Amino acid sequence: MRRIITATVQDRGGVLNRITGMLNKRQFNIESISVGASETEGISKMTFVVEISDRQKLEQLTKQLNKQIDVLKVSDITDKAMVARELALIKVVSTGHTRAEIQGIITPFRASVIDVSKESMTIQVTGRPDKVDALIALLRPYGIKELTKTGVTAFLRGQQPDNITEMNSMIN
Amino acid sequence: MKIEASLDVEVNGNLLTGADLLIKTLVDADVDTIFGYPGGAVLPIYDALYRNKAETPFEHVLCRHEQGSIHAAEGYARVTGKPGVVIATSGPGATNLITGITDAMMDSLPLVIFTGQVAENVIGTDAFQEADVMGITTPITKYNYQVNDIADLPRTVKEAFHIASTGRPGPVVVDIPKNISANITVDDYDDDFYLPGYQPTLKPNPLQVIKLADALSRAKRPLLLVGAGTKFADASVELKQFAEKYQLPVTTTLLGLGSFPGTNELSLGMAGMHGTYAANMAIYESDLLINIGARFDDRLTGNIEHFAPAAKVAHIDIDPAEIGKVIETHIPVVADAKKALNALLNTQIDQPDHKDWMDKLQENKKEYPLWYERTETPLSPQWLIEQVYNVSKGEAIVTTDVGQHQMWAAQFYTFDKPNNWVTSGGLGTMGFGFPAAVGAQLGRPDDLVISIVGDGGFQMTCQELSVVKQRKLPVKVIIVNNEALGMVRQWQETFYEERYSESLFSENPDFVKLAESYGIRGVRVDREEDVIQTLEDIFAYDGPVVADFRVVRKTSVYPMIAPGKGIHEMVGVKK
Ligand SMILES: Cc1ncc(C[n+]2csc(CCOP(=O)(O)OP(=O)(O)O)c2C)c(N)n1
Repeated sequence: MRRIITATVQDRGGVLNRITGMLNKRQFNIESISVGASETEGISKMTFVVEISDRQKLEQLTKQLNKQIDVLKVSDITDKAMVARELALIKVVSTGHTRAEIQGIITPFRASVIDVSKESMTIQVTGRPDKVDALIALLRPYGIKELTKTGVTAFLRGQQPDNITEMNSMIN
Repeated sequence: MKIEASLDVEVNGNLLTGADLLIKTLVDADVDTIFGYPGGAVLPIYDALYRNKAETPFEHVLCRHEQGSIHAAEGYARVTGKPGVVIATSGPGATNLITGITDAMMDSLPLVIFTGQVAENVIGTDAFQEADVMGITTPITKYNYQVNDIADLPRTVKEAFHIASTGRPGPVVVDIPKNISANITVDDYDDDFYLPGYQPTLKPNPLQVIKLADALSRAKRPLLLVGAGTKFADASVELKQFAEKYQLPVTTTLLGLGSFPGTNELSLGMAGMHGTYAANMAIYESDLLINIGARFDDRLTGNIEHFAPAAKVAHIDIDPAEIGKVIETHIPVVADAKKALNALLNTQIDQPDHKDWMDKLQENKKEYPLWYERTETPLSPQWLIEQVYNVSKGEAIVTTDVGQHQMWAAQFYTFDKPNNWVTSGGLGTMGFGFPAAVGAQLGRPDDLVISIVGDGGFQMTCQELSVVKQRKLPVKVIIVNNEALGMVRQWQETFYEERYSESLFSENPDFVKLAESYGIRGVRVDREEDVIQTLEDIFAYDGPVVADFRVVRKTSVYPMIAPGKGIHEMVGVKK
């Protein structure tokens, strides 16, 4: 199963190294990690997307993260109402006559063209991971020259409704 | 001749340098012994040690190899309960510590390790004796620091001691660049610390205690499995009260030996790969297994599919991440072992009805005791250990190295006290035993310290005979000399059709002469009739001794759970 786990960590030297080293040593399968500043100075937020085989392993993961001295809080938000977003930059092959076609494809995704050259255009897309993946799939036939993703960053919604499975369906 | 060096900073004798500040914080931390080895990057620290000698209540012990220093610090920590303190220089000094740091991490020993580092202006340039100590030690420490501002030094050191010695103990590294230790300090620093992410849970959740109490009252085949967590929690008294109150049988892990008196009726001895039949079968048949401070290591469990298959498992541990890590746990209790046992002692629990079980276990104990073949010349190693036990009246501190002799020491030296057994469990580090005895003797100068080692492992760290001589430490080294890497030989005999690949020694040094060359008494014994007299002599002798006991080469540690087998599939249970 795929889970989204967030951690609040103290910004100390080596914290990222310590955490990724632990994940590697204990053989957790990490799809993405994103790290950045939080609302509080000196405290960062990390978001992990992990592919995990069972509950027991998942419990180990959260416990091992919690055990880290710099980790303040760990939450598995997969089953909560949340917002999860990522950003991708996609450099796709485009010559004069495909350019308009590609424009047409990206518009419904609210993606934007941020660079154009003779043989390519670079597209920026932000959104839920499934949306980003869908756009990438549509662009693939044109020839993707370069692709980079930030990894998912996520947190809980302001309000937790009763039925949330549907809302989160995109991450499963 | 006076040579002027162009140091990074000017050192003014009257002002406090980072190194002086370090010494001061070590004094504040009540350190009494430091195990260290000098070198370029720690010269300012060694200079401060020298200059402050008159005011420092601690001793610096110069082991002859950094690995010796750190194993000594581990031995010290194990027998005193206090953190062991180590200083090493940058680069090779620091990397020589790696085995010991890993060993301490695996066995949860509190250590605070100071490594020198090259000056900050050259960090990252592959400077002379630069090693990425932070990178290398991150996976093998409970925590590590590099100090990048002198004002942070006192706080960092305080934190390091706190982290190393609380919760589940472990090693903490403090990496100090040379400019930090050499520079003149500010005097306005703040050493208060707050670690919001590190708040170990000490008190058990009362609901979990009730659950456990309830399970106990219904149990027909209860069993306590005890690990070293009870020693760190200083819980032996409570453990004994609890076991006796409900007449609970007790087995321990290798590292847990002594946390419950081995001579007590309720003791089944050690469990695991070379544990007793009674202990392992008790685990196999138990219907309530209460683990207190053990981590279900694979040498204990054997094949986990067959581990305690009938049991409800309760696990008391201060480290939540150990609970459910390898064995599914029904009643998790995150707590300090002493607090959890006190909570259980203060809970009204109906006496479990388990007389049949107790009778059966006693019968197993009687029917399947540990056994060995007795030989006279060379000696049977197991018999030798029994004599060591008898002559020292079971009261010595025993350190071991790793191999057959370690298992025989665990089997045939019965421990009644918690902090007298010093062995490398998790990492199984050859070369550990003798330097650990150095640290143990320094930590407990009035106790008899016996180091039981193999002829292989002793040669990994025997250079510490120097420090034993220099410090007049009356450590008794008992070499169980089988002219082989015995444990490797045993596995090759059993699992590799006697293909003894690189495991037989024909070229050992003359250990008696080796000892004598250090100015230490050496003896050699190969006849049974000389053993007891020799042991009496050397234990009474007021100085270090190296005793080379010649034992039978071709003998194996039994009983045994072969790799991959279940805890109920022991071989070599009877003669
Ligand atoms: C540093 C290290 N290297 C290798 C091993 C693998 N090993 C385990 S036991 C053993 C043999 C030990 O021989 P010896 O010290 O003579 O003790 P004995 O088994 O004969 O009692 C070896 C090589 C180890 N545990 N540690």
